[in-house]
Amino acid sequence: MNNALDRAGWIFVAIMALAAVLVPVAALGTPEGALVHMPSYLVQLLGKYLCYAILAIALDLVWGYCGILSLGHGAFFALGGYAMGMYLMRQIGARGVYANPLLPDFMVFLNWKALPIAWWGFNSFAYAMLMVVLVPGLLALGFGWFAFRSRVTGVYLSIITQAMTFALFKEFFRNDFGFGGNNGLTDFKDILGFPLQSDAVKAGLFCVTALFVNLSYLVSRAIVRSKYGKALIATRDAESRMRFLGYRVENIKLFAFVVSAVMAGVGGALYVPQVGIINPSEFAPGNSIEAAIWVAVGGRGTLVGAAIGAIAVNFGKTYFTGALPEYWLFALGALFVGVTLFFPAGLMGALSWRWKQRAPKETGT
Amino acid sequence: MSEENARLTSSLLYLDDVQVTFDGYRALRGLSLVLAPGEMRAIIGPNGAGKTTMMDVITGKTRPDVGEVYFEGRHDLTQLDEAEIATLGVGRKFQKPTVFENHTVHDNILLAAKAPRSVRATLRARPTPESGRAIERILERIRLTNVRDWRAGALSHGQKQWLEIGMLLAQDPKLLLVDEPVAGMTDSETAETAAMLKEIAREHSVVVVEHDMAFVRELDVKVTVLHEGAVLAEGSLDQVSADERVVEVYLGR
Ligand SMILES: Nc1ncnc2c1ncn2[C@@H]1O[C@H](COP(=O)(O)OP(=O)(O)O)[C@@H](O)[C@H]1O
Ligand SMILES: [Mg+2]
Repeated sequence: MNNALDRAGWIFVAIMALAAVLVPVAALGTPEGALVHMPSYLVQLLGKYLCYAILAIALDLVWGYCGILSLGHGAFFALGGYAMGMYLMRQIGARGVYANPLLPDFMVFLNWKALPIAWWGFNSFAYAMLMVVLVPGLLALGFGWFAFRSRVTGVYLSIITQAMTFALFKEFFRNDFGFGGNNGLTDFKDILGFPLQSDAVKAGLFCVTALFVNLSYLVSRAIVRSKYGKALIATRDAESRMRFLGYRVENIKLFAFVVSAVMAGVGGALYVPQVGIINPSEFAPGNSIEAAIWVAVGGRGTLVGAAIGAIAVNFGKTYFTGALPEYWLFALGALFVGVTLFFPAGLMGALSWRWKQRAPKETGT
Repeated sequence: MSEENARLTSSLLYLDDVQVTFDGYRALRGLSLVLAPGEMRAIIGPNGAGKTTMMDVITGKTRPDVGEVYFEGRHDLTQLDEAEIATLGVGRKFQKPTVFENHTVHDNILLAAKAPRSVRATLRARPTPESGRAIERILERIRLTNVRDWRAGALSHGQKQWLEIGMLLAQDPKLLLVDEPVAGMTDSETAETAAMLKEIAREHSVVVVEHDMAFVRELDVKVTVLHEGAVLAEGSLDQVSADERVVEVYLGR
């Protein structure tokens, strides 16, 4: 990571920290109709972008720094989201349509008599948060352990990550899988006893999300700047050379992959209370591919670029799906092709490359 | 049998009747070779003789179909993977220089330097004055001190070869395998490389594969001639170049 990039990173952290304070102030501390007032739908929208930024940073950690193009990161995000969603469902309690104090509405509707074991414990916030971390982390651990030990790399690895998210996509659609089927989990009422509909809670969630963006960035930055991070980059560039130096490259990859999956899960957990729903479409293979496009656009191997890419592309998506909904996929495709052709290193990559021309002794990545 | 046993236990590297087949092509056909501790050996042989394949077998990249490969008389290398063999103390320099292009020259040496390799250890590793000095000493020996902060990818071909030799020095293996170190080098670079390797050979056992006869002469060590996956001749360079079969193999092409 060179100096220009690191400086951009600190600017980004400062902006996020400011946003964590100013957005709640603009949403809650200003009169409606004032120029600086921020309506709550906008707060939620920005909060959603920031969740995507966390996912993008997570993906960049494995793709940009270790060459693992995961096209299944949407699955880790969605699993974190489901863990949060299950907590929110159980918070509804007897306020559901069927007024069952224990069973969420969809279970009553399906005529289930008891709470499935998978749902036990989710009345506790702490337990749910543990699951937000554990479920994506353990899936990544198991998946990565097999994939990296059997030395699956490159496009084959990308394909099996797609298969992983696709398999989950199919499973979660089934009603008898026990997670709300097609409709997913929704109609949430409150979180930690605070109503999700209130502006204050929305602003609070935004603030927490912005802080988690910074945490994700700073943790990833510390990782990639450590000696382990150098080993990670070296594994990306010359894997077999690392083996002959005595490094267990499968463990090097596995650690980054698990950290990344956990980070993605946290992003998903923050996403669900802000958008108010989680359903199987979050596992759709296309979602994971979109995440890879954000990272490519922002610049892989830059961390900060990935976050900016996620935010920028999603601004574009919001605009397009409002104004010209049928053209969004074309626009996304064109953007991806354009960036690949003209800015192969992405927006941040282009910036740091210009810097490198000025300071030829600077290290890359 | 017991004589063979003695040869095994007193050896640093012991290959016996090693055979490797690629899709029906027999790259190694009963290769046997014994290297004594502290020895430096040059391996020559025409293209396709199996020299690189031999190194692949020793370092765990390729599993032999038949044959024994032992390190220090007791480690069966055919049962270990690349990282385990490297950890035992076998270092390797590839035919094509492979350095970590996106890292600085300094960081290349840092990654190679003898130190715990685990994720946990590398996450916690902090530079110490001693480790810093050790790296600087190596940079001096490979004559790259003045480019220590360059990206390795920006080095010339010859400098990359030296950097790779420096990485091996940092790794401090008991046995060093060096594959065609002077391919593509200028004459003066070749002479410097020979000097470097001889210096290294004072503290390490070394196997050098090379085509360049002038270079092999400069090394002035025992020579093994490989041909069609087996040893054709062994002895001093003068002895083997007087061998008619060797002359035929080299000139017959
Ligand atoms: N992975 C492989 N697959 C198929 N054939 C191989 C492979 N590696 C080497 N060979 C063949 O084995 C023979 C010996 O190759 P090599 O050991 O590279 O020779 P040298 O290093 O002496 O030039 C060559 O004919 C080569 O084509
Ligand atoms: Mg060769």
